[in-house]
Amino acid sequence: EIHIKEPIEKEVNPRLLPGELLLCEASTVYKYIQEDGSNRGTYGKLVCTNFKISFLDDDSASDDNEPQFKNKIVGENDITLQCVDQIYGVYDEKKKLLTGQLRKYPEKLIIYCKDLRVFNFCLRYTKEEEVKRIVSGIVHHSQTPKLLKRLFLFSYASAAPNNTDGRNQTVMFESLEDWRDELERTKGNVKYKAVTTNEGYRVSEKLPLYFVVPICISEESILKYEGRGIPIWCWSCHNGAALLKMSSFPKEQDDSTSQMQKAFLDGIYKTISKPPYELLKMDDLSSSLPSLQDIQTAYTRFKQLFLIDNSTDFWATDVKWFSLLESTNWLEIIRRVLKKAIEVAECLEIQHTNVLLIEESATDLCCVISSLVQVMMDSYSRTKSGFQSLIQKEWVIGGHGFLDRCNHLHKSEKEEAPVFLLLLNCVWQLVQQYPPAFEFTETYLTVLSDSLYVPIFSTFFFNSQHQRDTNKSGESLKTQGGPFRFLTVWDWSVQFDPKAQAFLNNPLYAEKPKPDKSQRKTARFKHQRQLSLPLTQAKPSTRRGFFREETDHLIKNILGKRIGKFINSSDEPPNSLREFYDSWHSKPVDYHGLLLPRIDGPEIKVWAQRYLRWIPEAQLHGGGTIATAAKILDLMEEVQSLQVKMDEEHSQAVSGDVHSVPMLRNSARLSSLFPFALLQRQSVKPALPTSTWKDLEDEDDLVKRDDEFVDLSGDML
Amino acid sequence: MASSSTPQYNSNTLENSSTKRTLKDGTNWEQNEEIPRLPGETRVTDKDVIYMCPFNGPVKGRVYITNYRLYLRSVENDPVVILNVPLGVISRIEKMGGASSRGENSYGLDITCKDMRNLRFALKQEGHSRRDIFEVLTKYAFPQSHNLLFFAFLNEEKFSENGWMVYNPMSEYRRQGLPNERWRVTFINEHYGLCDTYPSLLVVPYNATDDDLKKVAAFRSRNRIPVLSWIHPETQAVIMRCSQPLVGMSGKRNKDDERYLDIIREANGQISKLTIYDARPNVNAVANKATGGGYEGEDAYPNAELFFLDIHNIHVMRESLKKLKDIVYPNVEESHWLSSLESTHWLEHIKLVLTGAIQVADKVSSGRSSVLVHCSDGWDRTAQLTSLAMLMLDSYYRTIEGFEVLVQKEWISFGHKFASRIGHGDKNHADADRSPIFLQFIDCVWQMSKQFPTAFEFNEQFLITILDHLYSCRFGTFLYNSEFLREKEKVTEKTLSLWSLINSEKSKYTNPFYSKELNRALYPVASMRHLELWVNYYIRWNPRIRQQQPNPVEQRYMELLALRDDYIRRLEELQITNNSKISNSSASSTSPSQMVSQVQTHF
Repeated sequence: EIHIKEPIEKEVNPRLLPGELLLCEASTVYKYIQEDGSNRGTYGKLVCTNFKISFLDDDSASDDNEPQFKNKIVGENDITLQCVDQIYGVYDEKKKLLTGQLRKYPEKLIIYCKDLRVFNFCLRYTKEEEVKRIVSGIVHHSQTPKLLKRLFLFSYASAAPNNTDGRNQTVMFESLEDWRDELERTKGNVKYKAVTTNEGYRVSEKLPLYFVVPICISEESILKYEGRGIPIWCWSCHNGAALLKMSSFPKEQDDSTSQMQKAFLDGIYKTISKPPYELLKMDDLSSSLPSLQDIQTAYTRFKQLFLIDNSTDFWATDVKWFSLLESTNWLEIIRRVLKKAIEVAECLEIQHTNVLLIEESATDLCCVISSLVQVMMDSYSRTKSGFQSLIQKEWVIGGHGFLDRCNHLHKSEKEEAPVFLLLLNCVWQLVQQYPPAFEFTETYLTVLSDSLYVPIFSTFFFNSQHQRDTNKSGESLKTQGGPFRFLTVWDWSVQFDPKAQAFLNNPLYAEKPKPDKSQRKTARFKHQRQLSLPLTQAKPSTRRGFFREETDHLIKNILGKRIGKFINSSDEPPNSLREFYDSWHSKPVDYHGLLLPRIDGPEIKVWAQRYLRWIPEAQLHGGGTIATAAKILDLMEEVQSLQVKMDEEHSQAVSGDVHSVPMLRNSARLSSLFPFALLQRQSVKPALPTSTWKDLEDEDDLVKRDDEFVDLSGDML
Repeated sequence: MASSSTPQYNSNTLENSSTKRTLKDGTNWEQNEEIPRLPGETRVTDKDVIYMCPFNGPVKGRVYITNYRLYLRSVENDPVVILNVPLGVISRIEKMGGASSRGENSYGLDITCKDMRNLRFALKQEGHSRRDIFEVLTKYAFPQSHNLLFFAFLNEEKFSENGWMVYNPMSEYRRQGLPNERWRVTFINEHYGLCDTYPSLLVVPYNATDDDLKKVAAFRSRNRIPVLSWIHPETQAVIMRCSQPLVGMSGKRNKDDERYLDIIREANGQISKLTIYDARPNVNAVANKATGGGYEGEDAYPNAELFFLDIHNIHVMRESLKKLKDIVYPNVEESHWLSSLESTHWLEHIKLVLTGAIQVADKVSSGRSSVLVHCSDGWDRTAQLTSLAMLMLDSYYRTIEGFEVLVQKEWISFGHKFASRIGHGDKNHADADRSPIFLQFIDCVWQMSKQFPTAFEFNEQFLITILDHLYSCRFGTFLYNSEFLREKEKVTEKTLSLWSLINSEKSKYTNPFYSKELNRALYPVASMRHLELWVNYYIRWNPRIRQQQPNPVEQRYMELLALRDDYIRRLEELQITNNSKISNSSASSTSPSQMVSQVQTHF
């Protein structure tokens, strides 16, 4: 057999999903292995469909090397159209951003992906006609504005045969029943009720069909301003204090309108701050947290640090790595968000007050903070199904505008902001600080973040429940079977086979000891909560008067632009937060109780798995957290097989011939990029920095000194 | 020295100090005593003071001074605040405030420690109350400056293991397969006549005579000639260490040195050039010519290739650590943590040292070329580079005992000037010879163990314990500058080895995730993306920073291990009883495997 380096014309066809259509293709495209800046790579076909851009390797015969962790929908060389971040063309060694119409076609194509992969394609050996077609095709389908109905979601849903409904215990919050269960689970049903006022979206298209408000709120007031100014329930704490959110009124020019709104709010506050309701604290997140614009800017800078072109690039940025990181401000934003969540937790847990989060639409930072608070305070949210239910409740049904925030349709860059990613980054900080407290792994969070760009699930491709419902109800002509049946991302079997799904589950999860085995099945929602902090007494009522005054004062301002930080306002001792934080951290951690993130500088880290996973220079052969994880998995397996043996010995049954399949053989050889990148180097050549030492500006005199100032010339014979 | 009696004082109490914790019951001291004491430790004085805790505010307590430690116990706090500080860690004692100072707690002592913290005590102003405590502290913290013995010479502890037996140079060279037909052991330095900062036993090329060595010594700074540190079992390429050649301004040459390097190059039968790594930045190497030093020039050594590794000198490192302390103690820099950290350059230095060691290791391993490493004198940067390269190449050094051997060999026996760099018992806190070179090495090791969590037999506690006793003067291990001086002071006879403490309680220092892997080169990634500040060491005094001990992941793994062992034991018992009942049951050797995801931990 002769292996020729020449491009081979071979018929390789892309694997297409139901409803997926091949739009254009080009052959003899050369894909660089972005390994070492050398020009090594492979020839193949580059195709673009209505779902993805895909590179088909000419010698794709290496199927025997099936990776242990494989996405069934998006392969190693697939880029979904929504995953494309930016496309650059290279003309005479110069990089140029490709957006709309092209006049000249590039020799090279660089595709930066939202999951941080970087693809380098060389088009020099491709026929000119094909280059034109593929480049304009890719740019057109991935970078230009699109109609919602042109999302692959719809073609897939109409073409895919009756999808199984794998909810795996995730509460979808699409029914009234789900909300009532949640109220019951959190014992919030005494003071809060699920309402049907929005049936037919009478109140607002932004609000979910069903939601929860304080019992004392009338249907009339809900309807009055399309749900604005209405406290909407998120969650109740074990002590009865509740976390609420509210969509504020836009700044009104008209005086009489704002007077009316003021009176309306006045009434609402009066109703919900008298017994049986707890004291109310408010926090206007749009003034106490960075703006969406800030978040977008920070993330754009941050991700740039990980979209590495080559080795030289990697080492050049390594020299100033920490200051580069800091200048993006992304970690600082994570820190501030975590801090805000701690503040809210303190109000709920210690001060025993209700907390009302305010934001213009109550669907961005409100979602981040309320989700984080629940992850910290409710151990159910740290299980997989609990976390998924939380995302459904606060984000998907809660009305976070995924479509706009991810800019899936390329409609407006102004609306784009990685709000959901911000949450995942914050949760990751907790996951890495308290590994035994979470049922899921960081790999779970990473693949969840990747799923943001896979348009076969409806989960992240609508702005609201209303939008999804109206588009689902098949006014579409081609469907024969009525409404579309969309998939939910929570059915992980769509993307991963069981073997790969094992990587999403944390073997270290300290499962809650269950008092009685027989109760297990029925106790799906009933999570007893243990407290890691002794409950301080509810604040004496003497403060009530004072607080009332303060509230009035605040109400006066509520229509103005600045509302200020009501949490941590002047009536509290300034150190109460610090005290809360310090006192919690001085005690042993209860993994099922309250969990507070550590937020000092050195504790906030870069989510290495997500951001470094495709960078070969950052690869540790046989190292990284996966090395210990693999050992734990191996041991778990051993223990488990021993358990089985024990059972057999007890029953003295002779088992049939069964074989055990170790998950991770030879774990010491796994790369730290596992389970993601497959680009293991052949050689074990160490990665060596190529950058140069930068000057120690201020220490010149020291630098020039010798270790010990001894004149050696005198020593000589 | 080995004794059958169980060690009486087994806990390294250092890690407990200054955090709000009561003493564990493990440390037993006599009922009527207020403080723990080691055998041989004697009480000197005690006094009521106020400990100005930077984290919890003033703490009223009583301070006890012995000839080994400073011990403070609070009188009002609950839980009791304990400070337990070996006097060896003290770098400087200053009086603060005068007899007439106003303001609460403004009169007292300010103690600077070598382990990244400061201690402040306020005393009553009346009657010069601090004079005697200042004097006592000064005397016992700086015994060298007061003609007193180090505590190590008074320590009467007993351990089940004798750490002095850990390192035997002859058996270590034998382990490496030496001597062989190309390398021989020479006793030329038996009485330290050739070089008083080298060990007595050296390995040199078979083809070089002792006479040759003497001639070479004349051309190497402080007679530190190139000798073998490590030989690659397959490529036979070697790591050699030495000091700079005495080239000087005039560019002197020495035929013997040139020939000697050629012999080294030829010893593994290679045709390629000998690689010389000069640890210094190029400019410093050039500047050294002015004082008689320099580097191997191209003309004189045509068969050698010289690279500079750009690692800075001891003064730069000292300043860098000082800056690091400024941003982590007592408070962690809040607003611009990352850029503050960067401005200390500490991790940048770590990166350079690791990068240099990777180059050395890679050259020997895949480049199959012998390597000569030196800096100026060959006892600071050189020791860092050779020992780290050896750690990367030879898995033996990644075991507890192997690491002890590595430290004993590359650092202690080859004359890293511990006494000067640490300033054991010396009051001259501003001595320019002090520098955290060994700390930097341990930090590099920690970085490697962090990147490869299953590759090292020892855990983080092992490294922290080594650093604690680098200063404590409880053991003789790190005392004095050279083997020659240690022999003169009869250190092995009169003091205990740190390895006695550690090896008597190995389980405490063992990494449960360790998987033994033979002969695998382990290259860390010397990128800032992976390097981290060693928070558990540098910021350990701050109660606000993570102190999750034991590590929860490690703990759960240990629980699983215990569970497995329990199952195995019970299974054996069951099998015995079952077999006695039924003789014909054919037990299956394997068991069904379910997905790991379904494993429930039953504890």
